[in-house]
Amino acid sequence: MTDPVLALDGVTKSFGPIEILHGVDFALRPGEVHALIGENGAGKSTTMKILAGYLDPTGGQVKLDGKPIGFSGSDQAEDLGVIMIHQEFNLAEHLSVDQNVFLGRELTKGWRLDHKSMRQRTADLLKRLHCKVDPGARVSGISVPDKQMVEIAKALSRKARVLIMDEPTAVLTERETEILFEQVERLRAEGVAILYTSHKLGEVKRIADRVTVLRDGTMVRSDLTADVTEDDMAAAMVGRELSDLFPPKLTGSDEPILTARNITVPGIVDDASLTLHKGEVLGIGGLVGSGRTELAEAIAGLRPRSGTVTLMDRDLPAGDVAQAMKAGLAYLTEDRKGAGLLLDKSLRENLTLPLLETFGSPLIERKREDAALDRAIEDFAIRAPARDMAVGDLSGGNQQKLLLAKTLLSNPQVVIIDEPTRGIDIGTKQQIYTLIAKLAAEGRSIIVISSEMPELIGLASRVVVMHAGRIAGELAGADVTEGGIVRLAMGMDGTSKDSAA
Amino acid sequence: MSTLRNMRQNLPVIAPIVALVVLILIGIALNPNFLSYANITNVLARSAFIGIIAIGMTFVITAGGLDLSVGSMAAFVAGLMILVMNLLTDSMGQGLPVILIGIALALGVGILAGFINGILITRAGIEAFILTLGTMGIYRSLVTWLADGGTLSLGYEMREMYRPVYYGGIMGISWPIIVFAALAILGEITMRHTAFGRHCAAIGSNEKVARYSSVSVTRVKLATYVLLGLLVGIAVVMYVPRLGSASATTGLLWELEAIAAVIIGGTLLKGGFGRVWGTVVGVLILSLIGNLLNLTDVVSPYLNGAIQGVVIILAVVLQRNTGTAR
Repeated sequence: MTDPVLALDGVTKSFGPIEILHGVDFALRPGEVHALIGENGAGKSTTMKILAGYLDPTGGQVKLDGKPIGFSGSDQAEDLGVIMIHQEFNLAEHLSVDQNVFLGRELTKGWRLDHKSMRQRTADLLKRLHCKVDPGARVSGISVPDKQMVEIAKALSRKARVLIMDEPTAVLTERETEILFEQVERLRAEGVAILYTSHKLGEVKRIADRVTVLRDGTMVRSDLTADVTEDDMAAAMVGRELSDLFPPKLTGSDEPILTARNITVPGIVDDASLTLHKGEVLGIGGLVGSGRTELAEAIAGLRPRSGTVTLMDRDLPAGDVAQAMKAGLAYLTEDRKGAGLLLDKSLRENLTLPLLETFGSPLIERKREDAALDRAIEDFAIRAPARDMAVGDLSGGNQQKLLLAKTLLSNPQVVIIDEPTRGIDIGTKQQIYTLIAKLAAEGRSIIVISSEMPELIGLASRVVVMHAGRIAGELAGADVTEGGIVRLAMGMDGTSKDSAA
Repeated sequence: MSTLRNMRQNLPVIAPIVALVVLILIGIALNPNFLSYANITNVLARSAFIGIIAIGMTFVITAGGLDLSVGSMAAFVAGLMILVMNLLTDSMGQGLPVILIGIALALGVGILAGFINGILITRAGIEAFILTLGTMGIYRSLVTWLADGGTLSLGYEMREMYRPVYYGGIMGISWPIIVFAALAILGEITMRHTAFGRHCAAIGSNEKVARYSSVSVTRVKLATYVLLGLLVGIAVVMYVPRLGSASATTGLLWELEAIAAVIIGGTLLKGGFGRVWGTVVGVLILSLIGNLLNLTDVVSPYLNGAIQGVVIILAVVLQRNTGTAR
């Protein structure tokens, strides 16, 4: 076994009087992919930030090449080849791809910037990553997976010895994940030590050589991946055996409740139609960028569209989200932080925002708001250290539960949930799955949009798959399989009416 | 320990009040006349114009907007009001109807001007800073043109008849102070306890989240500019009887004083959080600084702007690193 390049030795970390890491030690070795897993709030992010020099340990040591080191900051760590890619990207949106890759270390010719070589080097790096983005494109205009690739290109350009990735696959589809993993494998072959976190245990099993489990700031176990099963990992994370992740599926009635006909969003969604039945969980699959989210937003009145949407025999006007909500349709966004919650506001203010008028007019009754929050905290098992804290300080799982509570506040008959469990831990995932099943059992009708195949397969009795803005096909019952969804999502199904036309 | 931490967390909250109290204590120490009835009412009545405008500005800024045109708008509305009242006096003779029409005109034009700003910002999507920079120039130039480069003055008799709106009052409190206080209370309640106030904060905090939460973003933003226009109209109604005239220099820099008062009061310049009571404290701080310098000869009154500038900068420094939910 090779010597570790970067190691933690009995590291503890306290914020104020509260210790949140209790003696973590593990080592990253060259040419090894190390997965760090744990529930939200288990201390993964803190551990990574200590490794990458963003935080100082309170106790214990960080060792680089066997020698104790105190990084003066992430800059020094980066100079020494320890690079972290954050979940929320560190890219300057208004600059071009190549300007981002060389940001802070621009190549110069004399006193002038050497634009040509920077563009060329960026193009080479992106080519290595099989990424088709134009180095001159503005970052604000490229897709999320492409941004991920730009971050990796940036890391590669710095000759990374240790690459730390915080949930890199959370925003990627399975195909993009494959491309990322090819790169990870290539970097591993080149002797880079890689640490990454993920909530997707299947991925961990597939790509990681070694897996370390954190729970409540303590290292629970660290094994070679070959020696543990996914169930072992899940059990170690949660501290208990996880019974079946998905509740039993219900098949809805035949009575249509929501019909969308010939929905077109110019340039994104092309003539898509679908029907949702009462009490049904309908899945929408497809790659990121296939128009899933845009279709849902068009139905919910958040985007201009053509075509008709009928909810319980009522036509919903286009582009009017308030009308859609009144009629009994609610949409839960995939962009929790950007479009779902006001991060610097309290739980109460977030919860009641869509329906403020019903909490008293002209003056809002604080007591009724507080009562609603009490109910939400109980019904959705939201764990918040303080009621008046900013929502941005809650863990991702609790944010998602609050967003669900907010979306369901209007007591909608139809709920569209876009990426119900993005970036949240397995315990919370299970809670949310149970909740979705409960909503359907109550007679509500639900559309679930997801990039995670097991989620679609586990929840939905019927799945509509989109490809390039069109409905590529529909699967029901026993036909809802990973293979079937992927074939449709990639536009490979020859029987699809689109290709026949 | 917890009280100490609480205090540190609350520093941005209480800082404007502390500053106001310190100013008042300095005032008392330096000049016994400071707390006199005459001085206090004088300071308050002069603060009222900017104060009334600043209340509206609080809503605009909280919702993530800005309005640089209010000072010029006030001058234009005042000029137009005087011009029309003089014309009406010629045809209708002197009397209450002329004053009432003048007041209605000021309020109406204020609302219209606010509506124009708001509709161009929300529907045409023009950056608030740029648009109101433009309308600021337009109104300033219009009032100069109306006054033909000079001063528009209300006829002598009408001025005498209108005077009590500024100089009169009930129980020794003049009308501008009463109106300012009433609007401040109303504004604070609207900001804190109504859906409109909460929607302003939500939009300023994250417009996309507000839109996805079925808040009618354009309507609320438009309403903040219309409200501000109306308040400019009210301020003009109180201002015209004071001097009975308007010129190219009327309301000069009022927009900056109003914005400064809003920021000193703890409202975030980038939007998302606003408080009307803070704005009132901010207005008082700014006018007390001027008043103090006039009353004492420790520091030259010419340094008024410098001291106000320091206060504004300090207020913004204090606004940083506030972590808890608001």
